[in-house]
Amino acid sequence: MARFTQSLRADERAARLLRSAGEFASGPGIWIAIIGLGAWAAIDRTDAFVVGIVSGSVLALGALGLTLFFGVFRFAHFAHGDSMMLSAYIAFFALTGVVFGERSDTELLPWSLNDLPGATDPLPWLVGGELSFGYGLLLAMIPAAGFIIAVFLVLEKLVYGPLRRRGSSVVIFAIASLGIAIAMRSVMLMFWGPSPRFYVPGIRPTTDLPFDVRVVTDQTFIFLAAVSLAALVYLMLYRTKLGKAMRAISDNADLARVSGIDAGRITSWTWIVGGGLVASAGVLLALQAQLQPRLGFVILLPLFAATILGGIGKPHGALVGGMIVGITQEVAVTLGFISPGYKFSVAFVLLIIILLLRPRGLFGDSDQ
Amino acid sequence: MTAGRSFLNRMNRPDDFRWANLFTPGIFLAVTFLIVMIPLERSGWNVTSTVNFLAFFGTFVAIFAIFSLGLNVHWGYTGILNFGVMAFFLVGANTAAIITKSPPNSDVVRYVGGFGDKLDFIPYVASDQWLPFVFGLMGAALLCGVLAFLLSIPALRLREDYLAIATIGIAELLRRITIEERGLVNGTGGLTGIPRPLADLVDPSDYTFVILGISVVILVFLYLAIERGIRSPWGRVLRAVREDELTTAASGKHVFSFKSQSFVFGAMVMGVGGALYGFANSTVSPSTFTHFFGTFIIWAMLIVGGSGNNKGAILGAYVVWGFWTITSLLKGYPLPEFLDLRIFFVRDFLIGVLIVTALLLRPQGLLPEVKRVSLWVDRKARQLQKDSPQSAKTTSPPDPP
Repeated sequence: MARFTQSLRADERAARLLRSAGEFASGPGIWIAIIGLGAWAAIDRTDAFVVGIVSGSVLALGALGLTLFFGVFRFAHFAHGDSMMLSAYIAFFALTGVVFGERSDTELLPWSLNDLPGATDPLPWLVGGELSFGYGLLLAMIPAAGFIIAVFLVLEKLVYGPLRRRGSSVVIFAIASLGIAIAMRSVMLMFWGPSPRFYVPGIRPTTDLPFDVRVVTDQTFIFLAAVSLAALVYLMLYRTKLGKAMRAISDNADLARVSGIDAGRITSWTWIVGGGLVASAGVLLALQAQLQPRLGFVILLPLFAATILGGIGKPHGALVGGMIVGITQEVAVTLGFISPGYKFSVAFVLLIIILLLRPRGLFGDSDQ
Repeated sequence: MTAGRSFLNRMNRPDDFRWANLFTPGIFLAVTFLIVMIPLERSGWNVTSTVNFLAFFGTFVAIFAIFSLGLNVHWGYTGILNFGVMAFFLVGANTAAIITKSPPNSDVVRYVGGFGDKLDFIPYVASDQWLPFVFGLMGAALLCGVLAFLLSIPALRLREDYLAIATIGIAELLRRITIEERGLVNGTGGLTGIPRPLADLVDPSDYTFVILGISVVILVFLYLAIERGIRSPWGRVLRAVREDELTTAASGKHVFSFKSQSFVFGAMVMGVGGALYGFANSTVSPSTFTHFFGTFIIWAMLIVGGSGNNKGAILGAYVVWGFWTITSLLKGYPLPEFLDLRIFFVRDFLIGVLIVTALLLRPQGLLPEVKRVSLWVDRKARQLQKDSPQSAKTTSPPDPP
């Protein structure tokens, strides 16, 4: 009898082998693949790798907001990309006061931030020469953030709040946020038209970095700004009482409520912090790429890929996920057999692989 | 028209008059009034051109109603959150187009297929007029079904919100493929001059009525097929899956298999819609297949009409497409400059607002889902009513349109 239980049949042995292979692939295998491919990309495709880090840092900032909403509100915020783009347009509007008109653009505002003395003079920068924009753009982030936070709070009052009180499922929230995404995109089209726009027209100055890498100077700014903002949010989440409360709600909403955490207050604060993240990520995205209403929905897939890759509700996961998605997108199109048109589809393929191998993401809790 | 009027439902329905009961007929009549009166007024009370316009309008209502029915199978009955309707729209339209078109005859236009000339092999019955289109419709449905089956294997195992993200990704990927692989369906140029079914039947100026007839017949056929399926034991399992997967699994049903079947079935319905769209429009290009036009507007139709009710899905298609058409007709009137320039963007904005408003104020839609138990209950109820005519008279409510 004992002999039978010990010696497995061939198919059982194969199944066991397959299972352990799957466990390896979804466990240490993923990390080995990520580090190995990352190292290869850094050495062999340095240019694309550096650009990937820059776009990855923007994605990380966006994904940080998305993962915060996912964690605290427990729904997929499909309007995230469009909110980012909308706030980028608000910054553009504050900067130039321009909306599109019958034949050419018309200036709607009598006064805009660009009229400030020296607001358009290129800022001096740590790395290399000058940035392409002046301090006006940095100031413009404030009305952008204020606007999108106001929009979020109004939507919470009018849409998400009532839905939550009704006990709607996550899918209803997903559909509602999709409707809001459509409305936001149409607002962008209504005021600024479908053609791409730039904060500052013209050629942008470049900088030489070590290892023969030449980047647009703005990109170094984008990277540093995104990383420092992410660090700020990280400190907020892990060093303040508010952040602790948010993480508590994210971990277990019922337990948090029982422990005396004011859910309504945390909800408002999450929208405020998330709105700030959305606005800064949006402005940096527009600075890195361009202002275009379409881009809001296009960026949504990489954002979700980054969020899910890192693990829902995990801020450090969003950062690592954003970097991985950004770098993969840029490096994949240098391989030769993937045409640049598929850049954003790479994120989707990455998303499917991670969902199949490890649905909880890299840093997610194993029970999710 | 016994669908959705089960015996049990009559028992639940209040008999007293309520103003809220007039909401759905009111919306229907308002849209109908505008869609008839505006073209009449625009054309200087020319009845012929208005009727032609209405036939054109009706064709697209029927086609979008087919998409809406397909989405109703996915979302309304099975609870599959498919944000990638555009994927099946695109595959259906392109497949039907390349099956029915002739092979490409220049180097500029490149696409695969082009079997139209070979598909008239039944002699004497003018088979070139209809046979390629039958193959086109079947090919579109078949390819969408195969695609949906392949996609369902990984995608339907996902959590519902992940599934929504995955379906958007699939749609986007397919759209990119049609643009990037230039030899497949002619890249960004798209396919033009798609042949029209039964084109020799009437004068070209009256062709609108032929395609209207074809679309309506197919819509009615699909409506009956879906109704039949949903009222069968199979449909009951789907609705059980929607309500509670765990309980359904505990009752011995293979949840994944049923979801997969529903996904394939709905996708095939959408493929037929896509094929008809190609025939009616005679042009398909990547600029048609945006997430907005291919997915969101269909979601708006289903949410507004009432998910879980096939008549609601059709009514939603009518109302939303009516709204869509009316706003583009408004362009002919003198509008303030700000609005005149932006009327289409305002329309898109209102579609988004419509989805959110419907979810908040009338989540059940214009025609709410009706409780269905079984075909046999309906039959039994009819039999009971025949036996006692008085009770049937007292409980017969006014029919919604």
